[in-house]
Amino acid sequence: MAGSNAQDYIKHHLGNLTYGELPAGYVRECDGRDTQTLTESTWTFACNGNEAKDMGFMAFHVDSLAWSGGLGIIMCLLFWMGARKATAGVPSGFLNFVETIIEFIDTQVRDSFHGKSKLVAPLSLVIFCWVFLMNLMDLIPVDFVPGTFSWIMTSFFGWTAQEAYFKIVPSTDPNITLSMSFSVMLLVIFFTIKAKGVGGFVGTLTLHPFEASNPVLKALLMPVNLLLETIGLLAKPVSLGLRLFGNMYAGEFVFIMLAAMMGTWQFIGAWPWAVFHILVITLQAFIFMVLTIVYLSMAVEDH
Amino acid sequence: MNINMTIIGQAIWFALFVFFCMKFVWPPISRALEERKQKIAEGLSAADRAERDLELAQEKATANLKEAKEKAAEIIDQANRRANQIVEEAKDAARTEGERLVAKAQSEIDQEVNQAREQLRKEVAVLALSGAEKVLGGEVNQDAHKQMLEQLAAEL
Repeated sequence: MAGSNAQDYIKHHLGNLTYGELPAGYVRECDGRDTQTLTESTWTFACNGNEAKDMGFMAFHVDSLAWSGGLGIIMCLLFWMGARKATAGVPSGFLNFVETIIEFIDTQVRDSFHGKSKLVAPLSLVIFCWVFLMNLMDLIPVDFVPGTFSWIMTSFFGWTAQEAYFKIVPSTDPNITLSMSFSVMLLVIFFTIKAKGVGGFVGTLTLHPFEASNPVLKALLMPVNLLLETIGLLAKPVSLGLRLFGNMYAGEFVFIMLAAMMGTWQFIGAWPWAVFHILVITLQAFIFMVLTIVYLSMAVEDH
Repeated sequence: MNINMTIIGQAIWFALFVFFCMKFVWPPISRALEERKQKIAEGLSAADRAERDLELAQEKATANLKEAKEKAAEIIDQANRRANQIVEEAKDAARTEGERLVAKAQSEIDQEVNQAREQLRKEVAVLALSGAEKVLGGEVNQDAHKQMLEQLAAEL
């Protein structure tokens, strides 16, 4: 709807609303506006994909952060409401729902994580519910919210439709998924150091998988081990984050393609895909949670 | 698909939500669940105990009932025996009384018979004397014939 053809439409739907810093001397070439050269570095919204790229690291995806934060706050409030009503007596309707989720998470954690930690269970709860909610945004028809946003911005704030990027599925943004998975990696390192000490952590990186009892040989094998284990350590969060991102991005892409090709009739294809996607969003949230528990469990346990 | 500061913003969100759930969501709910589990366990054990108590009480009641029945039977038995005894005693008393009365009557009868006999004897003696007087036409000396008369009277 925003683009003139299907390709533009798809590109626009895959772009984030980016707020970042453009350097001094940058030439802004926005559709529907005059070309403008910046005299000093400026924080602003990117008006197209190139600008978003040129902003480099000093930029935020406002839509991703707002939606993930908003969904997280809603999730926390719901659970908090449940927690306030928590009693040992007969649970009411909503508390029942909350308890079902809590017990489900608790079972998963007890099954996989054998250490003692006050962090792992709430962490798993947040990951499962939050990722699920973020994925759930995928089921809202692709143009509802971006269309509304575009209409508001063009009507009241003088934006062009081209500038009004808006993605409502945070988990189709690799920043979001990789941020969570690397947070998990930091926790894994923290848990390893807490359980085995700094020496133990260094040991896990350098003394496996090639072991030797001879000290000289051991020293020789250390660089090799370090290389392999570092790759292994980094592969975990990368695969964890990219798996979620890939699944959600692919699903979102199918919805956008259907919308681009079929317009108003997209629901013919989108409805069955959405039904199937319910399975995917739940499964991906579950997998993210279970793998987090498993990684943390591996960090705490001895091999 | 640019990697940028979003990654840090999201990490901050993540940390905030995990912290919030760790502090305000997980502990109260899991505590409530734990307490409920305990409560249910207590309730179940209390029910078990009550069932056992009931069984014991029933056993006791049965025992009491049995004892009472035995006691009642014993009392009835005793009463029966006592009644029999009383009846026997009454019978004995009646019999002895009867015998006594009969004996008394008999002795009275004997006495009367003897008296009558004595009377008769005396009268017979007088009669015989007067008869003999009449027959002999003379006086019979009472003193002289006393012995004979008495012998006669004794023969009657």
